[in-house]
Amino acid sequence: MADKLKETMPSNDVNGTPKPSSPNADTAEQITMLWEYSPAPESSEHISISDKYHHFIGGEWVHPEKGRYMTTINPATENKLAEFAEGTSEDVKRAVKVARKAYEKSWSNLSGKERGKYIFRLARMIQEKARELAIIESMDGGKPIRESRDVDVPLAAAHFFYYAGWADKLGYAFPGRKADPLGVCGQIIPWNFPLLMLAWKIAPALATGNTVVLKPAETTPLTALKFAEICMDAGLPDGVVNIVTGAGQTGAAIVNHPDVDKIAFTGSTEIGKIIQKSIAGTGKKFTLELGGKGPLIIFEDAPIDQAVEGIINAIFFNQGHVCCAGSRLLVQEGISEKLIKKLKDRMETLIIGDPLDKNTDIGAINSRSQYERIMKYLETGKNEGAEMYQTSGSLPENGYFCRPTLFTGVSQSNRIVQEEIFGPVLTIQTFRTPDEAIEKANNTPYGLASGIWTDKGSKIFKTGQKIRSGVMWANTYNKFDPTAPFGGYKESGLGREGGLHGLYPYVNLTPV
Amino acid sequence: MSVQIQPDFSYTIPIDTVGVEERVSRLNKRSIKKESKLLALKLALSMIDHTTLEGKDSEGKIIQLCNKARIPYAPLPDLPPLAAVCVYPTMVATAKKALLGTSIKTASVATAFPSGMAHLSIKLADTKFAVEQGADEIDMVISRGEFLKGNYNFIYDEIAAVKEACGRAHLKVILETGELETLENVRKASDIAMHAGADFIKTSTGKVSPAATQPVTLVMLEAIRDFYNETGQMVGMKPAGGIRKAKEALQYLVLVKETLGDAWLTPDYFRFGASSLTNDLLMQIVKQLTGVYQGIHYFSND
Repeated sequence: MADKLKETMPSNDVNGTPKPSSPNADTAEQITMLWEYSPAPESSEHISISDKYHHFIGGEWVHPEKGRYMTTINPATENKLAEFAEGTSEDVKRAVKVARKAYEKSWSNLSGKERGKYIFRLARMIQEKARELAIIESMDGGKPIRESRDVDVPLAAAHFFYYAGWADKLGYAFPGRKADPLGVCGQIIPWNFPLLMLAWKIAPALATGNTVVLKPAETTPLTALKFAEICMDAGLPDGVVNIVTGAGQTGAAIVNHPDVDKIAFTGSTEIGKIIQKSIAGTGKKFTLELGGKGPLIIFEDAPIDQAVEGIINAIFFNQGHVCCAGSRLLVQEGISEKLIKKLKDRMETLIIGDPLDKNTDIGAINSRSQYERIMKYLETGKNEGAEMYQTSGSLPENGYFCRPTLFTGVSQSNRIVQEEIFGPVLTIQTFRTPDEAIEKANNTPYGLASGIWTDKGSKIFKTGQKIRSGVMWANTYNKFDPTAPFGGYKESGLGREGGLHGLYPYVNLTPV
Repeated sequence: MSVQIQPDFSYTIPIDTVGVEERVSRLNKRSIKKESKLLALKLALSMIDHTTLEGKDSEGKIIQLCNKARIPYAPLPDLPPLAAVCVYPTMVATAKKALLGTSIKTASVATAFPSGMAHLSIKLADTKFAVEQGADEIDMVISRGEFLKGNYNFIYDEIAAVKEACGRAHLKVILETGELETLENVRKASDIAMHAGADFIKTSTGKVSPAATQPVTLVMLEAIRDFYNETGQMVGMKPAGGIRKAKEALQYLVLVKETLGDAWLTPDYFRFGASSLTNDLLMQIVKQLTGVYQGIHYFSND
């Protein structure tokens, strides 16, 4: 076609010679080809990832004391991305010592306005490097670039902007009381939203005058290390932010370090309980943001096509690796058949594949171990007698990919209904009356988030009051904003992050 | 023979506007590149109802329009022709003659277009005249005043009567969504039109603002999908008015692909009612083939 065009369009006469005006309907090419989207991968060529990363302590890269390193891979290709230091208690000691010194010598002595300037700078630099951060987030964690580009990175920047604004206004946040920083905060973040969780933790800590020792998850350390580079470039005083990488033992070393004043943890309920036990009686403050098994309540008067879209966002966002994912669908009996049919049709249009492709809806499962855990749950579900439905499309050969999955014919007592799977797996139950929906929604150990779909505003509030969860979204799901507090009831956690409430865990309040 | 039971049109299907807009904006993020883009541009070109609906239309202008529809861009003779030429009833004979021997359809607006403010007998006469003149397709308007009164049976009966008057000609029913205002009304009007026998449902006359929008189109596509699932009948869709850029056209194609599927991605089931879109598509096609943009002056304004 292109050659033919060149023949008919000589360069010195771009408009070509006029064609005879005979009808060309017979010769015109017929479009019979199926229209498919061509691959649209985001280029990773300009991304710089070092072969080896050390700890970031006191404003510089520090070799781990024991000299041990771990490897992080791209879960979509299983290729190695980089090595990073495995932190030991010696490394943690060093980091906490530096953080303490920075707290006493520089950071806590700065005025709120000065601290705010640094945090604003961090926020702007995240925006400037948004593209690079998004691509690395997708490479390291397997999430679709559409999400890391449109959700993770912009929200991370928004959190820094928001808390930067509070830094010099703490007197207004707590009228009549003086807000003093705590000291050194130990922060342990998960692998599902690495940079965003870092922002949730670091931004309020810095705004209130604390210093930080943060450990990213062992499968996704890269954006935290990139953030360390940003801290250096921003000229943040040395030791205010320290990043120690490693796995569970490194985290335990942070939790158990006697000179840490506060622990902020986001992760599994299992680890949350261990942390709570180990810091009992130490006087350390803590916030825990743990698991969830969010119910989605669809009433029969709901706008059904938009409810389907909401369900898709609730459970398939980030491959279901979302603590507040809506993983239990409760649908009113009268519309269940229609809704499930529509949901299945919609699921067929989800594009699964290369996380870096701009058209990908579902990326890779974060790690082999998580992949195996999800597969085990699929087996459990089938063994429990539930009916499994998965989409039909093909999966990439390499990497850890899981088809979007539905389970029907489940009961409240099934493990797949009670336990957090943390994958693209939705269970479907029906209900007949609002009371039954509320009872089923509340009948798990979790209480992080929930969703309700109905055309009737009063029903939203009436039902919402009785659902025990930290967040309830109405006619939408998975909407986040730095100004809104987030946290759980029951085994979903303690304390709130985000908004004005998110300042409390980082300050000591005394009457003026 | 199966007896089709009419739904109760006084029942309103709830639609959440925020949710619809969110879905549209997510679909707009689809990245269409390279071969996929070229194919989509050509596909869009082949779906255009090339339209002139002005009081000053002349035979000469209609003939020019038909020539453009046959050969959209002479330097690229292999491009597909446009789908149809859409004119007023009095211009149908001219268009029909100019399009003789081609696959391009002659479409005519009828039923006291664009307001529809006439008695049914006049609307039927208008339709029959256009069909007698040789129209392959009739674009009718619904009586929005009666619809907004809640007189849904009136709308249904009127569409059914016009459908009968069309005979073998295809019927496109213009809802004039800009005057219906809410998405719930759009959905209801779509359902009435399809149950009354529409072959296509169409957003707008192009004489009222806003004309076609993507949220409105998405709601209509969802109505078509639900109608297909209920009855097994495929109804076509035609957004009309306000679509001027190739990029928007591709966004509409994405909406169709991901709502109705590939079966609807043909001129038999999807059309663009537009006039200035043709040249933008042509410019983009030439850009895809040569790597450089041509000046607008190289493309004929017909």
